[in-house]
Amino acid sequence: MGDWEHFAHGADIGSRGRGATLEEAFAQAASALTAVVTDPAEVRPASAVHVACRVPDRELLFCEWLNTLIFEMATRRMLFSRFDVRIDGDALDADVFGEPVDVARHAPAVEVKGATLTELAVRREPDGRWIAQCVLDV
Amino acid sequence: MDLSGIRRESEYRWVIEPSGPMRVPAVLYADDALIRDMDDKVRQQVCNVASLPGIVGAAYAMPDAHWGYGFPIGGVAAFDAGQGGVVSAGGVGFDISCGVRALLTGLQREEILKVQQALAHELSRAIPAGVGSTGRLRLSSDEMDAMLTRGARWAVERGYGSVADLPHIEEEGCIAHAKPGAISQRARQRQRDEMGTLGSGNHYLEVQWVAEVFDPKIAAGFGLTAGEVVVSIHCGSRGLGHQIGTDYLRDMALAAPSFGIHLPDRELACAPISSELGQQYLGAMRAAMNCALANRQILTHLCRDAFRRILAGSELGLLYDVSHNICKVEEHEVGGVKRRLHVHRKGATRAFGPGHAAVPEAFRSFGQPVLIGGSMGTASYVLAGAASGEALALSSACHGAGRSMSRHQATKQWHGRQLVDELEARGILIRSPSLRGVAEEAPGAYKSVERVVDVAERAGLAHKVVRLEPLICIKG
Repeated sequence: MGDWEHFAHGADIGSRGRGATLEEAFAQAASALTAVVTDPAEVRPASAVHVACRVPDRELLFCEWLNTLIFEMATRRMLFSRFDVRIDGDALDADVFGEPVDVARHAPAVEVKGATLTELAVRREPDGRWIAQCVLDV
Repeated sequence: MDLSGIRRESEYRWVIEPSGPMRVPAVLYADDALIRDMDDKVRQQVCNVASLPGIVGAAYAMPDAHWGYGFPIGGVAAFDAGQGGVVSAGGVGFDISCGVRALLTGLQREEILKVQQALAHELSRAIPAGVGSTGRLRLSSDEMDAMLTRGARWAVERGYGSVADLPHIEEEGCIAHAKPGAISQRARQRQRDEMGTLGSGNHYLEVQWVAEVFDPKIAAGFGLTAGEVVVSIHCGSRGLGHQIGTDYLRDMALAAPSFGIHLPDRELACAPISSELGQQYLGAMRAAMNCALANRQILTHLCRDAFRRILAGSELGLLYDVSHNICKVEEHEVGGVKRRLHVHRKGATRAFGPGHAAVPEAFRSFGQPVLIGGSMGTASYVLAGAASGEALALSSACHGAGRSMSRHQATKQWHGRQLVDELEARGILIRSPSLRGVAEEAPGAYKSVERVVDVAERAGLAHKVVRLEPLICIKG
C-alpha cells in the first residue's frame, strides 16, 4: 500500500496523501480517491490519459487535480491506479493510468461527486515530507 | 457537541448568541440525545454561516444536522441581496436539487407481496443505478439546453410522464431564470450519459407501504391510506450538478478576496448575490435544479413501465416532489417585515405551512408534503409543513436520518451480503450492483430517523402524517 489514507468525515470521506515531494503527495492522494470507489490494487494500469490543470493557489490546485480525475472517471467510466504527476508553479500535468470500470471485478462502492474545500491542506511537515488532503463528497 | 455557551431556549430549541464575527444567532433544533451526539463541527459550521455577509434572522441546524462542507448538512440560512447578502455553492452542495419524489400506486401491500421478487428484479433492470451506469438518453446540445431550461416540463413534452404530474412538483416542474450558458462544457459532458440514472451512495428507489397513519385527515388529503404502497425516488442532478458545484466552489474561493469577504474558512466560499459571479452561479444552479427535476421525471416513467410489466393496469400518480439541496428566492416575515430572501437549504426540506400559495392547490389547506427519506431498510416519513415553521426556521424541516458513522467504520462493522440476507429475512429486498456500497449504507450507520422526525414535529417545524416501511430498495 502507498502512503495514503482516508480520514473520517461525518457523511463523506477524507483523502490524504503523503510524499517526499509535492508531486508524490498529490499522486498518493489520488490513490486514496480511487480507494473510495474500489481497491486500487484491483485497477490495472492498462491505458493512459493525459490531464492538465492550472490554478493560481496551491491548495486549490490540489482540489482541481482531484476534480479533474473525478471528471475523467465519470466521463470515461474509468478507474485509475498509477499517477505520474508533474507540477510547475501553478500548473499541473499528469499521465494517469487505469482501465474501464468492471462492475464485477471492481465492485465499485460509490461514485465521488467532487473534492471539497473542507479540511483542505497542502503543507510541508516538520520532517520535510509533503501532505495533501481534503474531504471528498460522495 | 460541547454545550458550553449554548442556551436552551425551549425543549427542542438551542441558541448560540452572536459573538466574534457572528452577525446573527445560531439556532439548533434537537433533543438532549441528538444535540449531545452532534459533532462539534456542526456547531463550528453553523456559527461560521452566522458570520456571512447579509445573513438574516439566524443560521439554523435541523435535527438531522451533521458535519458538511461549509454549511452543515441540515443547515438553513437566508440572505438579503440588498444588504450585501451572499450565495454559497457549498451552502447548496455538490448534489444540487437532490430531493425526494413520492408516487402513489393505489395498490395494497398484499398485492406487492405476491410479486415482490419479480417486481424487485424488474425495477433493478429498469433503473440505471451505481457507479458507471448510463441512461438510454443522449441529448444534443439544443436538447440539453431545453432540458436545463424547462426541467420536468421538458421531460413530459418528450413523453416521460404526464402533464398531470406537473402541479405536484415544486415550482410545477420548472425553475425559472435558469442560465444554461453559465454551465461549463465539463458539466454538460458529465451529464451526457447520465439522464435517467439514480446515482450511488444514499440514493435509491424504494417501494414502501404505509405502516402507520398519524393524521388520517391530512393522509387522506395526500391520497395516502393505511397499507397502501408508495414509491419513493431519492436522487439529484447527477454529474451536471456535481460539476457545477465543483466549478463554482473553486471560482468563489478564488474571487472571495476581490469581494472583500473575510471567510473564517475557505470552505464557506461565496459571492455577493448581486455580483456577476453570484448571478452566474444562481443561473447555473437553477439549470441544475431543472436537470434534477427532469431526471426524477424520467426515472418515474421507467418505474411506471416496470410496474406495468409486472402489475398490468397499475397507474402510479405523483404525490409530490421536493428538493433538499437548494437556494431559492422566497418571501419570509422576519422581525415583522416581509422580505425577499435567498434561502439556502443544504440537507433541509422546504416545509411551507397551510395556505401558502406555493403549495399545490390540492394540498393547500393541509400544508406542503414534506418527504423524509430514511436509510436503507428503515422507515421513511411523509410530513406536512406547519404554520409555526415560518417563524422557527424559515419554513424548513429535516431531510433524513443523517449519518452517525463514517463509511469506513460501516464497512468494518457490516458485510454487504449479510445485510442483504438479514433485510430479506425481514421482508425487505435490496437490489444493488455493489455489496460494498450496501455495507457503507448500513441502517446502523445512520441516526434514528424516528427520533429526528419526532423532534422536527415537537419543535413545530412540520407535522407527522404517515410512516412508510420499505419492501424493495433499488440502490446505486
